[in-house]
Amino acid sequence: MTEHDRNAAAYWSANLRLIIGSLIVWALVSYGFGILLRPMLAGISVGGTDLGFWFAQQGSILTFIVLIFFYAWRMNKLDKEFGLHEE
Amino acid sequence: MSQFAINLIFVGGSFALYIAIAIWARAGSTKEFYVAGGGVHPVMNGMATAADWMSAASFISMAGLIAAGGYANSTYLMGWTGGYVLLAMLLAPYLRKFGKFTVPEFIGDRFYSKNARFVAVACLIIASVTYVIGQMTGAGVAFSRFLEVESDTGLIIAGVIVFLYAVMGGMKGITYTQVAQYVVLIIAYTIPAVFISLQLTGNFLPPLGLFSDHVESGIPLLQKLDMVVRDLGFVDYTADVSNKLNMVLFTLSLMIGTAGLPHVIIRFFTVPKVSDARWSAGWALVFIALLYLTAPAVASMARLNLLTTIYPAGPTADAIEYAERPDWIKNWELTGLIKFDDKNADGRIQLYNDTAAFKATADARGWNGNELTVNNDILVLANPEIANLPGWVIGLIAAGGLAAALSTAAGLLLAISSAISHDLIKGSINPGISEKGELLAARISMAVAIVVATWLGMNPPGFAAQVVALAFGIAAASIFPALMMGIFSKRVNSKGAIAGMLAGLLSTVIYIFLFLGWFFIPGTATLANTPDNWLFGISPLSFGAIGAMINFIVAFAVSSATEAPPLHIQQLVESVRYPKGAGAATDH
Repeated sequence: MTEHDRNAAAYWSANLRLIIGSLIVWALVSYGFGILLRPMLAGISVGGTDLGFWFAQQGSILTFIVLIFFYAWRMNKLDKEFGLHEE
Repeated sequence: MSQFAINLIFVGGSFALYIAIAIWARAGSTKEFYVAGGGVHPVMNGMATAADWMSAASFISMAGLIAAGGYANSTYLMGWTGGYVLLAMLLAPYLRKFGKFTVPEFIGDRFYSKNARFVAVACLIIASVTYVIGQMTGAGVAFSRFLEVESDTGLIIAGVIVFLYAVMGGMKGITYTQVAQYVVLIIAYTIPAVFISLQLTGNFLPPLGLFSDHVESGIPLLQKLDMVVRDLGFVDYTADVSNKLNMVLFTLSLMIGTAGLPHVIIRFFTVPKVSDARWSAGWALVFIALLYLTAPAVASMARLNLLTTIYPAGPTADAIEYAERPDWIKNWELTGLIKFDDKNADGRIQLYNDTAAFKATADARGWNGNELTVNNDILVLANPEIANLPGWVIGLIAAGGLAAALSTAAGLLLAISSAISHDLIKGSINPGISEKGELLAARISMAVAIVVATWLGMNPPGFAAQVVALAFGIAAASIFPALMMGIFSKRVNSKGAIAGMLAGLLSTVIYIFLFLGWFFIPGTATLANTPDNWLFGISPLSFGAIGAMINFIVAFAVSSATEAPPLHIQQLVESVRYPKGAGAATDH
């Protein structure tokens, strides 16, 4: 394995770690808080209903936006750190 | 000035703008026609993607679905936005790095097989054609209600407008008109919502108004709505659902389907760099979220407004007399989308949930069945009238609904025509075709696709709601898994990919046909479409996620039993993973 290959492999596994972390949050706010865990959040009231309802109708969407921008920012930085960015 | 004249000015003005853009942004090469020259700014592409993605379903139907279903239909909100996370992390940057013109082209190259490319073209065309029918019928409804023309005449007008900018400008013309259409549709959607939110909650931001206090009663809006619907025998608006497995799978199907829709994916081929593709997905979701955060507020407020109109003195008092119904009910009765039937002949409009559990209450009140049927689709279009907003807001809604339908139709038509001219004609039938010849072929296939779409819009097969489910199911079960495996696995080979796509496609289509009729022909369903018959309680609309899993499993199983892909394919996978050396989208 050459130096270049090792660098590329490290870049790819950093990307995979970032994707897995982001998708855990993605699933947690939508399938978790918004659907499956809603009964557990029933005690926390938000404007006439509960936190689970808020996540299903607003919270998940806001989190998705943050996730994509965070991913874009981290990856564009990683591209440069590993010297794999476009000229 | 009459309402008709106002509507004409708004719709005519927006159409004039689209045509002006078409003349300015003409495509001179295949690269301009397929990917707008590859130089679109990521923010601008985000805006175009938002218009491309938000269809008549998002603009016209979604708030009505949420109003009717309450919490249970939050699935649409999460499902149609969560797909962008998948797109941004799992597909868009790598497909942009690959740097070609179409989705089937990637599948054909990565799986080194013309057959794989054909299967992808077939999936793309079935998904996109079914989807485009819904857009054309949506445009037809908007025309017939607001411009007082026959629905068919309206469709021909819509077809001609799309023809002008899509055939002349290709992706370049579509991109800039989509930006203009986004501006029109988002203004049209949010202005009435702001007014209504102010009226009901005193908060001018609808997403905050949704969780604020109802001005008249002083209690939270959602609590007020829960009380009103409960008094009429409906399920609480915020009530939890019992079949959570189906809710999860439906949301997942919508997310995977969104990420796998070719007309959305090709928008990311138009930005200059891989890093731009990542940013652009984020901007697309920001612009989409402006509508998607407003929609649930519109839904709950319109439902409350509607019930207050019918029961002016509260749901436990007498309903409004039919003779005194407001003008907007009269207007929509003409279209047949609101129907009244005075079952107990008391001259009043009783709107309630006609179920066994509520029968005792209904009998005690002298009610003899629900008397008003309101089509969910009119909610957004009638919203300004329900809230007594000025005439220009109604004109704006008409232009906005048409912008949403036309922008999505144009994107779909481009995906279809590039699959025909680039994947079928250049890729297979006549590989030696000149640049000029291919551009002409692209324009002719676009023109044919528009004629077919307009005809299908005039003669809808009568299953508009189901076909959208089919489009998402196919995209989720066939296209998304093939693309993802092509990028994230070096081991999946051509046999595995083809077997996986076919297994995912067939299982999903068969499961849908079992319950909704074979080829959607009425009366041919094998099983009644009720939860008792569904496999593990999974509805046909939710099956795309299962189809995707079947695709993954079959593809990995077949690949591991057969030979590994050749070395140059493994190098191709390597190259799409690293942004370095991307260059603009090319044909070579």
